Amino acid sequence: MVCEMLPTLTPLEEGKGEQYLLEVKGLKKYFPLTRGFWRRAVGYVRAVDNVSFFIREGETLGLVGESGCGKTTLGRCILRLIEPTAGEVWFKNQKGERLEITKMTPKELKNVRKEMRMIFQDPFSSLNPRLTVMEIVGEPMEIHGLARGKEVEERVRVLLEMVGLKAQHMRRYPYEFSGGQRQRICIARALASNPRFIIADEPVSALDVSVQAQILNLLEDLKEQFHLTYLFISHDLSVVQHVSDRVAVMYLGKLVEIGDTELVYFSPRHPYTEALLSAIPRVNPKSKMQRILLKGDVPSPLNVPSGCAFHPRCRYAKEVCTREEPILQGVGDGRYVACHFATELALKGVEADVCG
Amino acid sequence: MIRKNVAELERGKSYIQLVWRKFKKNRMGLLGGIIIMTLGILALFAPFFAPHDYYKLDADKAYRPPQRIRFIDAHGNFHWRPFVYDMVMDIDPETFSRIYREDTSKLLYIRFFVRSWEYRVFGIRSNLHLFGVDEGSIHLLGTDRLGRDLLGRILHGGRVSLTIAFLGAGITVILGSIMGALSGYYGGFVDMLVQRLVEVLQSFPQLPLWMALTAALPKTWSSLQVFISMVIIFSFLNWPMLAREIRGKVLSLREQDFVVAVREMGGSNTRIIFKHILPNCLSHIIVILTISIPELILMESVLSFLGLGIQPPMVSWGVLLQGAQRVEVIGLYPWVISPCAFIILAVLGFNFLGDGLRDAADPYTARRR
Repeated sequence: MVCEMLPTLTPLEEGKGEQYLLEVKGLKKYFPLTRGFWRRAVGYVRAVDNVSFFIREGETLGLVGESGCGKTTLGRCILRLIEPTAGEVWFKNQKGERLEITKMTPKELKNVRKEMRMIFQDPFSSLNPRLTVMEIVGEPMEIHGLARGKEVEERVRVLLEMVGLKAQHMRRYPYEFSGGQRQRICIARALASNPRFIIADEPVSALDVSVQAQILNLLEDLKEQFHLTYLFISHDLSVVQHVSDRVAVMYLGKLVEIGDTELVYFSPRHPYTEALLSAIPRVNPKSKMQRILLKGDVPSPLNVPSGCAFHPRCRYAKEVCTREEPILQGVGDGRYVACHFATELALKGVEADVCG
Repeated sequence: MIRKNVAELERGKSYIQLVWRKFKKNRMGLLGGIIIMTLGILALFAPFFAPHDYYKLDADKAYRPPQRIRFIDAHGNFHWRPFVYDMVMDIDPETFSRIYREDTSKLLYIRFFVRSWEYRVFGIRSNLHLFGVDEGSIHLLGTDRLGRDLLGRILHGGRVSLTIAFLGAGITVILGSIMGALSGYYGGFVDMLVQRLVEVLQSFPQLPLWMALTAALPKTWSSLQVFISMVIIFSFLNWPMLAREIRGKVLSLREQDFVVAVREMGGSNTRIIFKHILPNCLSHIIVILTISIPELILMESVLSFLGLGIQPPMVSWGVLLQGAQRVEVIGLYPWVISPCAFIILAVLGFNFLGDGLRDAADPYTARRR
């Protein structure tokens, strides 16, 4: 299992990798499942299984997938908030050096953390209820020694106004704000250390639909203003379509398809992507698109089906799918698909007139 | 709402202000707070409230019963000024025991802010007292075996009892929250070690353990040394419960996103524990503090009652109760168990206070109206 070959996705030639801000190679996170007094490992939950991709500087990569497919774990492994089991994460820092996050000492890691930040899903649990907004937003500056005393206050004021909050509210506590405002505080906190890369872990899924659009627009504005690069994790396909330059589709801890947003949405190459896209709610009642109902439940990541993990639910599955695991392969146009029949199937995407 | 100048920053409310706003709505809590404050003031300024020098021995006044405060004298006349009757002692001709009776011919008017015996509080010399009588003596709670004023001795004993409880609870809280936080936050081997230690400490039969520990103190030690050792023993025996509670709270807090967020921004473990986790356990800590204080008061009383705790001449409520160890004494002189009333009052007061604080200590949960 471990000596499995890397997927062909990552072009490993020297020099080519230089243009990528972030490069993930064969990242794995297996959570051991222990049983009994001696804590014997009886199995592994493969939350993230051999995931490889890259993000170019200044782009937004959307990561979609069902709940529990390992999106959040992947995001946290990249930042080493969860220690990955295997694999490499390369990051190009401000000075243009390529650094291997996965091999860093805690001290080196602290240094790079100010450049790679995260926005959490739940704006209610991700703010310490006992600290004022100023303390929350000022904390990254304090940790990295970016500002001191009065300077912190000044910078917090600027940041708060930038994310659309009133600066005079900086002595308030989080409980005095609404969900959308709290998420703005989280965004201000993430920006406080002048990051270049932000992992947004479902930043709008805990918010009201009316507020979602505001936060998404804010994220887009900030991206332009600060030349940010996003890894945008979401289960909401329309949100991802709205914000992403490229999309990666995840199923049971593995990437099944990755490519430019338009291409993936309008002409998916993986049956799972097709099924996902057919589930996007339609506004137009006239367009009666066939919804693809997947058979059965998502298999347990503890006991991943043989061959292609998707085969028990795939309506195009053939005998080879039960035996051989498809690897993520380039199919042209910068797209990579993990399906034996990626080039043969004619799959249906979203219709241009109803979405986009 | 009046529009504020945009440049002007809002004044934030401090934690204490937020807690107080919620706490003052709880009547029982307020009552508890008032009881504790009163007891504290009485104990701190014990000599001021004591009409007689409670260290002075007077064999002629041994086991004198409490004098009643009266407004109406034996002839049915009403007096505006409260008074007590003087006491005279007779000897029972058959048993030769003392019998006190009120001398209704001698009215002792109670005077306020009188000057009598001299004392020192916080280094200030004074002879001012809240109340007293011009001649004779007033013992509202009677006297003990050696003729000392019981009221004064109880108030004075409150100093030691309450100080032991406060100091002991303080050390308990510091020790318990640090051990609990380490155990919960780091988990693994540290957790195992701390939890086994907690289990061992909790599985000892309590009374024999106290007795063994206090018996181990050298008899030659001064009462102050014994006092300090008592504080240490109490907190040493009391922290495991707190450590368990804090550990549970920390276990749930460390998985919270705001803690992950601090790691994500590069914050150290020390920062996480002391700036993010422990402050969020504060409501727990405050409640446990108010629960463990009455426990310590009771602990001290039990040990001192058994003669193992505070040693005379230092006085505590437990030491005072030593005088009530024999049933005959209680039967003949029931007022010697009056320190009990103060213990009950203190314990109840702290429990009420704890109940009130439990609700108020977490002011960030509810939305402001």
